[in-house]
Amino acid sequence: MLTNDQIIRYSRHILLPEMGGKGQEKLLSSKVLLIGAGGLGSPVALYLAAAGVGTLGIVDGDHVDLSNLQRQVIHATPDIGRLKVDSARETIAQINPDVRVVTYPEYITATNIGGILSEYDLVVDGCDNFATRYLVSDAAVIYKKPYVYGSILRLDGQAAVFNPPQGPCYRCIFPEAPPPGAVPSCQEAGVLGVLPGLLGVIQATEALKMLLGIGEPLIGRLLLVDALYMEFTEAKVARNKNCPVCGENPTITELRDENYRQETCNTELDETEEEK
Amino acid sequence: MTIYLPTPLRKHVGGAREITVAGKTIRDVFVGLRENYPALAEQLWDEESNNLKKYLNVFLNDENIRSLQGPDTPVQESDAISVIPAIAGGQPGSGLTFNVILSHRETKMAD
Repeated sequence: MLTNDQIIRYSRHILLPEMGGKGQEKLLSSKVLLIGAGGLGSPVALYLAAAGVGTLGIVDGDHVDLSNLQRQVIHATPDIGRLKVDSARETIAQINPDVRVVTYPEYITATNIGGILSEYDLVVDGCDNFATRYLVSDAAVIYKKPYVYGSILRLDGQAAVFNPPQGPCYRCIFPEAPPPGAVPSCQEAGVLGVLPGLLGVIQATEALKMLLGIGEPLIGRLLLVDALYMEFTEAKVARNKNCPVCGENPTITELRDENYRQETCNTELDETEEEK
Repeated sequence: MTIYLPTPLRKHVGGAREITVAGKTIRDVFVGLRENYPALAEQLWDEESNNLKKYLNVFLNDENIRSLQGPDTPVQESDAISVIPAIAGGQPGSGLTFNVILSHRETKMAD
């Protein structure tokens, strides 16, 4: 039952016919896991907390760095040097004390992901590298959790919801990570600070819709955002019956750390710092 | 017809967002890039497998060519082709050095 304070706090939700008091109660009893408290994770965490998602798990082993503050808006200047999960937890507590924050001050691995993910209703990806992305995506398939994907680079972004057998998984669309030094990953350092905000809010929206079971989620549709032209396009994406994870004869049925090694880059500009 | 390129690939074509190309099939079009856009061709086309690079998705209008006839998919003058690469924001664990960033301090804004 919502308290009087909660009825006021969430009044603009409760007034929505798509949601009502029952929808708000559903959010308050929902559990969302965020991978990364960086550029994408910041807006996702802030908005899901404000919306009253009852439990937010946040996985991040990194510390707040001066170069993060241009886009990682859940952290502030005095937080430099602190664990990102601690800084995020404190910000969330100030926004909404209804939210229980569970912090994991570690990096997600094939070994720890199962135990963590199985506690949650869905996972939101705010990671910055392909190894983690394939791990989260594969784990989401194996543990049958909806996976809200977002990715950014420079002035471009992508977002989708993966929830096979409804629609494809990430690996159906991108069977393999680009090799180190290939076009899209290493050589193009830099990101417009607002871009993770734009994509993160789309991820938060999709997460809320999935939790509430309303609307048409970005399933089977890859949303492409070109901030330079402020153009939003959609690509239809379908399941791959030969997908090694969610296909008819899967070959990836358990998670092993050796299959998710971090790619490294060789050129000088490729020495990119951890940038979430 | 046109190929639409996302920002990470535009530097190979002088910053253009779209390029005009010709050909009868997807393979024709991408192999044909070698002539006018060799740097782009190298990023998109895998000579060894005579196919597109695996981490790319190519859409003909709004259909993935994988669900059509792959590189043998016929194309027409009125078609729009889009290239969608896998993207990720950074490469953890190595540390972008201050001097590398400093070397960009005087960089002028691109068009």
